[in-house]
Amino acid sequence: MARFQGVDYYDIDSLLSEEERMIRDTVRQWVDDELLPVIEDAYIGRYLPKQLIPRMAELGVFGANLPEEYGCAGLNNVAYGLIMQELERGDSGIRSFASVQGALCMYPIYAFGSEEQKQAYLPRMAAGEVIGCFGLTEPDYGSNPGGMITRAVKTEDGWVLNGAKMWITNGSTADIAIIWAKTGELSDTKSIRGFIVPTDTPGFSAKDQKGKLSLLASDTSELVLQDVHVPDDALLPKSGGLKSPLMCLTQARFGIAWGAVGAAMACYDEALSYSKQRVMFGGPIGGKQIQQVRLAEMLTGITNGQLLSWRLGRLKDEGTMRPEQVSLAKRHNVSMACDVAREARRLLGGNGILVEYSAMRHMANLESVYTYEGTHDVHGLILGQDVTGIAAY
Amino acid sequence: MRVKSIVCVKRVPDTEARVRIAADGQSIETAGVKFVLNPYDEFAVEAALKHKEAAGAGDVTVLSVGGGESAETLRTALAMGADAAVLLKSAGPLEGLAVARVIAEEVKGREYDLLLFGMKAIDDDLQAVGPMVAELLGIPAATAVTEFSVEGGKATATREIEGGSEVVELKLPCAITLTKGAYEPRYASLKGIMAAKKKPLEEKPAAGGESGVKVEKLSYPAERSAGRIVGEGPDAVPELLRLLRNEAKVL
Ligand SMILES: Cc1cc2nc3c(=O)[nH]c(=O)nc-3n(C[C@H](O)[C@H](O)[C@H](O)COP(=O)(O)OP(=O)(O)OC[C@H]3O[C@@H](n4cnc5c(N)ncnc54)[C@H](O)[C@@H]3O)c2cc1C
Repeated sequence: MARFQGVDYYDIDSLLSEEERMIRDTVRQWVDDELLPVIEDAYIGRYLPKQLIPRMAELGVFGANLPEEYGCAGLNNVAYGLIMQELERGDSGIRSFASVQGALCMYPIYAFGSEEQKQAYLPRMAAGEVIGCFGLTEPDYGSNPGGMITRAVKTEDGWVLNGAKMWITNGSTADIAIIWAKTGELSDTKSIRGFIVPTDTPGFSAKDQKGKLSLLASDTSELVLQDVHVPDDALLPKSGGLKSPLMCLTQARFGIAWGAVGAAMACYDEALSYSKQRVMFGGPIGGKQIQQVRLAEMLTGITNGQLLSWRLGRLKDEGTMRPEQVSLAKRHNVSMACDVAREARRLLGGNGILVEYSAMRHMANLESVYTYEGTHDVHGLILGQDVTGIAAY
Repeated sequence: MRVKSIVCVKRVPDTEARVRIAADGQSIETAGVKFVLNPYDEFAVEAALKHKEAAGAGDVTVLSVGGGESAETLRTALAMGADAAVLLKSAGPLEGLAVARVIAEEVKGREYDLLLFGMKAIDDDLQAVGPMVAELLGIPAATAVTEFSVEGGKATATREIEGGSEVVELKLPCAITLTKGAYEPRYASLKGIMAAKKKPLEEKPAAGGESGVKVEKLSYPAERSAGRIVGEGPDAVPELLRLLRNEAKVL
């Protein structure tokens, strides 16, 4: 199989440092060598290819933008984004795994955890020895997580958690769950706090969601917490209010903004090469005006997305990035990738529905990405509120 | 035990890159071409790292002759795990013997057990720099090696030869050129890439690189003539066999 050469119409490479490019190329090559050869089987077989976890850990992708003192790679955010781009060029499910591990589990331990918690978990999570999941969404509280009804009640020697979480990526694979629960009145979103719950704690159960038609190479589960007792040091001491889980989501959404561009690049690359090879009516379909416009639209969307995520990354590295700017990039890039994947699938004709080509797998995956981490609509509302000052949820 | 290696590496166009001849007709167009660490040199870097790790001590120095851009190639090797790098900067491209002279001049003042090379660079396919350096330094050399061991002042190397393999013994220090075999190059880890920035990379001018060979002209391979369809399905087989036997003479 030919190695992926990237899509770079605006010489965005020259905006990257040598290390950033080297990191991108390393992950890119790994995706060609080890991820793509197994993804078809995993997707059709509906399983997370777990053999990739130790390999990703060896490369250093988990929590790659967290500091070296906790066993992480200590990369800047542009490099981190490029890693997500390349992983999702492989498959959104694998990128989701890495996002959950790094941005949704390691990040809250890093940002809200005690020094003991950081030492105890971060190096082992970077090494892929401890896998995490992030439990925020509930059956009745999706776009509105502040309404959650999972509760944590203080006892003499710790906490008791009760509730249910839905759509939890890595849920059945995880060793620990970051569970968000209200410690006060249900109307009090300020009482939301995070807990590190080992998944083998009595009363904790995870059940895989059946019948998914998207993100098939990823585990998605429902969690039930029934009188789950955890010690005092399970609480993330610096977490407080809905703001805490939202800060985690900002980290993950940042990676998604990059990742979606990767999926789009994979689809465009595949469509472009197919269009040159497939001969119909006496010539390659790439020589027909409709397909050329299709490719031009894809390329334009991708170039837009690349510039957005690049700029967003630089803002994050400069420390001036606002969460609303992440909303814009997540919203735009995922929507763009959905369009690119669908158009690529169409360009491929009948072959486009086969798993042997990647377009339809990406297309189906991206529908999850469009919905999770704040739906496309909700990010529109976040931006709407930001520019008008009026909340419209 | 400790194994000290010097690995000579070259920056070459990526195997997937489409290379075009520059306007001067004597060099290639470099704009827009992705360059990589020569794949055969990756085997050599990997071999050096493996032997250092197996010995439990030692060091791996990577060395390149080239322009300033070759620093990036050296950092790739540092990211894989090499300890230090030396860039011998030349003003323009140098021909094989000139490169060998520059390397020999630099290496002769250094202490090492192994002087490793890729069997060839995938751009000019010369396959001669390694043995020429060995000759200039007066040390034994083995080419096209797939695997070797180091013990008791000797290296035992398996060479790939026509139809089989050959095992040779060399007194250390020695030069070895590597081909595909036991040393599958590792990925540079992301931490390794960050660490590479902090490792020493010494730059100095290339000294003593004269040679009598100059590239006169580059040209593309002759265009392949169009294929011929002799028929379809099983009916075409007899005709195909006849043509392969009588015209192509490959059967
Ligand atoms: C594959 C997958 C993995 C996931 N992984 C995780 C995970 O690891 N952890 C976790 O906590 N969650 C996870 N989620 C949950 C995800 O974040 C939610 O699905 C998402 O927030 C949407 O919630 P919902 O599904 O309940 O939809 P709803 O909130 O019910 O939304 C339904 C529709 O209504 C729209 N809508 C909602 N509110 C408004 C409004 N005010 N105005 C206009 N339109 C509105 C939405 O845009 C959407 O179109 C995952 C989801 C999926 C599909």
